[in-house]
Amino acid sequence: MTILKVDDIGIAFGGVKAIDGVSFSVDAGQIFSIIGPNGAGKTTLFNVISGIYEANRGRVELSGENVTSFTPDALATRGLSRTFQNLQIFQRMTAVENVMVGRHLRERCNLFADLFRLPSVIRQNRNTRDAALNFLGEVGLRGSADMLAGSLSYGACKRLEIARALAAEPNVLLLDEPAAGCNSVETEEIDRLIWRVAEKGIAVVLVEHDMKLVMKISHRILVLERGRLLIEGSPREVRDNPAVLEAYLGKHGARQPARA
Amino acid sequence: MPEFFQFLVSGLTVGAVYALVALGFTLVYSASDVVNFAQGEFVMLGGMVTVFVSTAGVPLPLAALIAVGVSIVIGLLLYWLAIAPARGASAISLIIITIGASIFLRGAAQIVFDKQFHKLPSFSGDTPVNLFGAAVQPQSFWVLGGAAVIVLLLYVFLERTLLGKAVLATAANRLAARLVGINTATIMALAFGGSAAIGGIAGILITPITLTSYDVGTQLALKGFAAAMLGGMGNPLGAVVGGLLLGSLEAFGAGYISSTYKDAFAFIVILVVLFTAPQGLFGRRAVERV
Amino acid sequence: MLARLSQRYGVLIALAAIIALLPLVFPSTYYYRVASLVWVSAFAAIGLNILMGKAGQVSLGHAGFFGIGAYAAAIGPAHLGLPSLAALVVGAGFSALLAYLVGRPILRLRGHYLAIATLGFGALVALVITTESHWTGGPDGMPVAKLSLFGWRAGGSGTWYWIAGGLLLGGAWIAFNLDETPTGRAFRALHDSEIAARVTGIDVNRFKLQAFVIAAVYASLAGSALAMMNGFVNPDQAGFLHSIELVTMVVLGGLGSVVGSIVGAAVLIMLPQFLTVFQEYENLLLGFIIIVSMIFMREGIVPTARRLISRGRA
Ligand SMILES: Nc1ncnc2c1ncn2[C@@H]1O[C@H](COP(=O)(O)OP(=O)(O)O)[C@@H](O)[C@H]1O
Ligand SMILES: [Mg+2]
Repeated sequence: MTILKVDDIGIAFGGVKAIDGVSFSVDAGQIFSIIGPNGAGKTTLFNVISGIYEANRGRVELSGENVTSFTPDALATRGLSRTFQNLQIFQRMTAVENVMVGRHLRERCNLFADLFRLPSVIRQNRNTRDAALNFLGEVGLRGSADMLAGSLSYGACKRLEIARALAAEPNVLLLDEPAAGCNSVETEEIDRLIWRVAEKGIAVVLVEHDMKLVMKISHRILVLERGRLLIEGSPREVRDNPAVLEAYLGKHGARQPARA
Repeated sequence: MPEFFQFLVSGLTVGAVYALVALGFTLVYSASDVVNFAQGEFVMLGGMVTVFVSTAGVPLPLAALIAVGVSIVIGLLLYWLAIAPARGASAISLIIITIGASIFLRGAAQIVFDKQFHKLPSFSGDTPVNLFGAAVQPQSFWVLGGAAVIVLLLYVFLERTLLGKAVLATAANRLAARLVGINTATIMALAFGGSAAIGGIAGILITPITLTSYDVGTQLALKGFAAAMLGGMGNPLGAVVGGLLLGSLEAFGAGYISSTYKDAFAFIVILVVLFTAPQGLFGRRAVERV
Repeated sequence: MLARLSQRYGVLIALAAIIALLPLVFPSTYYYRVASLVWVSAFAAIGLNILMGKAGQVSLGHAGFFGIGAYAAAIGPAHLGLPSLAALVVGAGFSALLAYLVGRPILRLRGHYLAIATLGFGALVALVITTESHWTGGPDGMPVAKLSLFGWRAGGSGTWYWIAGGLLLGGAWIAFNLDETPTGRAFRALHDSEIAARVTGIDVNRFKLQAFVIAAVYASLAGSALAMMNGFVNPDQAGFLHSIELVTMVVLGGLGSVVGSIVGAAVLIMLPQFLTVFQEYENLLLGFIIIVSMIFMREGIVPTARRLISRGRA
């Protein structure tokens, strides 16, 4: 079942086309990877889908609804969640509070109840915290729950962002280079985590440079080059495509398919 | 129609002073990201020092020169003693520091000088010149001409000299400027000194018309900041246009609508402009990168 | 979390104890007056701190709301026949409404643009107050009726000390309450990363507006209280310098810290009182002290002290 449908997206910055006519769709439970060299437009594509940039043309659909040019918070209420390549954690909040913010849409939020901290608010807060602790556990950060997020290591912050995104219980999750800057053990953990997420029926769109990880876990892969779709297919199709080897891995890559 | 020109000239005259203060704001902001609320105090210093040095018997031109010198020294001291040591503090902390500096300078002026109003003689007499039916004070020409010369000199400095280009490079990208070997601390000191000089000169030019006292700085800082934001912070041209616009708005508002609400027109226009152009009239509109 | 909970009540109890015990060491009624001034200013600063320290939005025009509260307390009884307490409520309601209407467009601005827009708003309020003299008494200000509750009249500085102290306790309690609620977390989240907050479903415009309205109501109530306490209002209370004073209290004490706002208010109210003995050197010293404290305690007094203490322990 298609959950996310992206149709003929185009966006330009000062005349330079960062994305030029990209279309794809992602099913529930699918791991859909987008790869391509730096500057290919992967992050920009995420920014368009999540409503941070407004595209010049094209259309985005979430569960059949046209959500083109919706604001990020409106998209979040419709089940879209994401992480950022350049960390966007809430530095001055603790790790668990970061994840509790992720549950914002699952909470009832009433100004007057909050100002006077009515019993219902206290109760809800306890539940939110428990749920948030579970999500922290899923990414292996339970032990750092009450540490200030700004004091966590880079790898921990990356996982904290995933936990925050998961806490919203989305049906589409966009992950922008979740394994960047992580060591091999951490990458292995992220690999398993993405699997578990997809198994719950969440559509995962993954941008990642770690080819081993991408080839191993993706159901489908889209290769982006200078804002254009080069090819979309299964990991095998993409790996064996000479144009990809040429464009993405360069001439050396062509002779070393094992790297891919 | 003569009425119109009367308002226009007086508006542009005051506006020229706002423009110079705004130019100071913009210069310092471009070089250092600091919004310097002490900017108005330099206008006060320019006027007050000239008044007191010239009453001590020094000829007016020399007194004016001394006043500009004093302003520059105070500007540099402000940078070295209050801004440079707070490097890395948040924008709002830096604003509070400059507000502290403005209170300090006002306090110092009240001790060194006094709490009276003072006037300077007009540079070229007080016989009004008739222009399109409007009676224009000769001093207005001094203010407008002086402001034009300053703007022109600043333009030539920024565009034609190596040092000026270093200032522009620092404003565009501080890190990159440092990487190509520009001493950004020197550039910041230069910006503080330069904006102090501009403020000082503005004070000397306008005092024959508006009088001065130890506490004129706050109001000028407010108007100068408003003018800089109206034009778009960090844009010298915007600062000049913003200042002239603000001064004219006040004059026309006071003349045609209500003099008691003179200050209101400027702020209403600023609010309306910002609601429609959140980066000011000439500000760059940037897409936030994630 | 438990630690933070007890810390919060610890602070409230300590504050209550200080308010209760301070009069024991007051040598004269003058001290009641200064302390009441501190409590009222601290109350306004706590509100502004919710906007600036929690939600991260600057306001350089907050004295406008303070002035509206003050003049509501003056005009209500004098011109509209309202009882003082009703005037206070009407003032707060009017401030909330105005903050809501003005905040919608203003809070879309960022950084220095937000600063100048709020400054302009405050300047307009002050201007209206100064100009509409048939209502407000103009630049000279106007007298304010004493607060009377069910026939009982709040008179001397002693009574006002307790009213102001109670107000401050309530204000601090609510500010602490907010911290661990969805609303409080939304404020702090949009402060740290507006983009991430929006992506997690937070309607940032709505929450900025809420913080703005809350801060406006705090300022308005503080203004009303001060007006009734002084028995007099003047336009300076709505002016730019008062806005700056409130911001300085918040930043000097420590952004985001409730205790910081109280300390900041205490310093900024008491300092000029001490400095009056230096007579004409007063401004010079005040400016100097502000500069030096911001350079050496750039996060503010309370956060800096807290850091030094925890480092001392380690
Ligand atoms: N806000 C922006 N303003 C200007 N150019 C942008 C902006 N965002 C992205 N770009 C440009 O779009 C292109 C694609 O960038 P990006 O999406 O970050 O690439 P990737 O994530 O694939 O490395 C780059 O040339 C980048 O400079
Ligand atoms: Mg990227």
